[in-house]
Amino acid sequence: MELTSFWVYFNARPLFWMVITLAAYLLASALNRKAGGTALLHPVLVAMLMIIALLTLSNTSYNTYFEGAQFIHFLLGPATVALAVPLFDHRARIRQMVVPIMLVCLSGSLTAVVTTLWIGQLFGGSDKLLLSLAPKSVTSPIAIGISEQIGGFPSLSAGLALTTGMIGCLLAPLVFRLLKIHSDTSSGFALGMAAHGFGTAYAMQRSTLAGAFAGLAMGLTGVFSSILIPQIVKLFGLG
Amino acid sequence: MVQGFLILLVCQLAGEWLMVWFGWPIPGPVAGMLLLLAGLLAVGRVPDSLRLPAEGLVRHLSLLFVPAGVGLMLFADTLAQHWLTILASLILSTFLTLALTGWMLQAFEKRQQKGRSKAWN
Repeated sequence: MELTSFWVYFNARPLFWMVITLAAYLLASALNRKAGGTALLHPVLVAMLMIIALLTLSNTSYNTYFEGAQFIHFLLGPATVALAVPLFDHRARIRQMVVPIMLVCLSGSLTAVVTTLWIGQLFGGSDKLLLSLAPKSVTSPIAIGISEQIGGFPSLSAGLALTTGMIGCLLAPLVFRLLKIHSDTSSGFALGMAAHGFGTAYAMQRSTLAGAFAGLAMGLTGVFSSILIPQIVKLFGLG
Repeated sequence: MVQGFLILLVCQLAGEWLMVWFGWPIPGPVAGMLLLLAGLLAVGRVPDSLRLPAEGLVRHLSLLFVPAGVGLMLFADTLAQHWLTILASLILSTFLTLALTGWMLQAFEKRQQKGRSKAWN
């Protein structure tokens, strides 16, 4: 009895879930290092699963969890703004490649949406599911906005975007090896395009040049997609 | 450090306001990133007070996705029901996007390098 009331008291404190989030992430990062940095045990995935397990076991709602975790979530905004710094640092390299960057980004954004909807339709996904899937290659905060606009489930879209990010980090080494993509600029850009923030974090580990190009791709894709996706969804007869 | 953090937040806020003002669908943080980049280009260097928080945030970017990721638990039913459709479209589409963009940009880069070495010869 005493133990339960202690637990309830603790649960109600946002600080507890913030501490858990940070601790789970650190533990997951340590595990990942032990496992040789494999993307299969991506720290975010492992931390997520640990926290979900803890919430389920302790019968805690996501809303209670988010009361504490929102302080970490909130930093996504300033962190996105902060990507301007690596972009600025590598401005000379970017300036050389402005035209190809724009072309590649436009074709990449189109490919990401069209193939997602096409495959989703092929597998018989419902309209609502397809609309939630459409912004999957866009960074979560933007995916939420797009999903809301076209009539998907915003929070599902955010989750699917995160899943895409993890899948992108898993697939990237394979794709780059198959197609012999070795340059930091190209691999970084592809990661930012296909796997937004996750890809950017992953590219940052490679080099700040790769990270800067990933951040650039992520930002541009966000801008292009928020304009393109509502139109493409209509072409597919959705929304 | 505090100054730099303030710069980041002010850019985000200005981004949000501008987008609401113009009625554009670009999210505030992305608009804020473009504003900060424009500002840095105008000033010509990154102040130390900004570099510290900016690099700290960017380095730990993936941690910041954890709270939203845990939100997937709310969709356990949808995921269990449609996992095949979801996984198929996410994996195939991500594969194609990675391959196309990486290959295209590298092809452009190689052409550019060739063009440049020709000019030097």
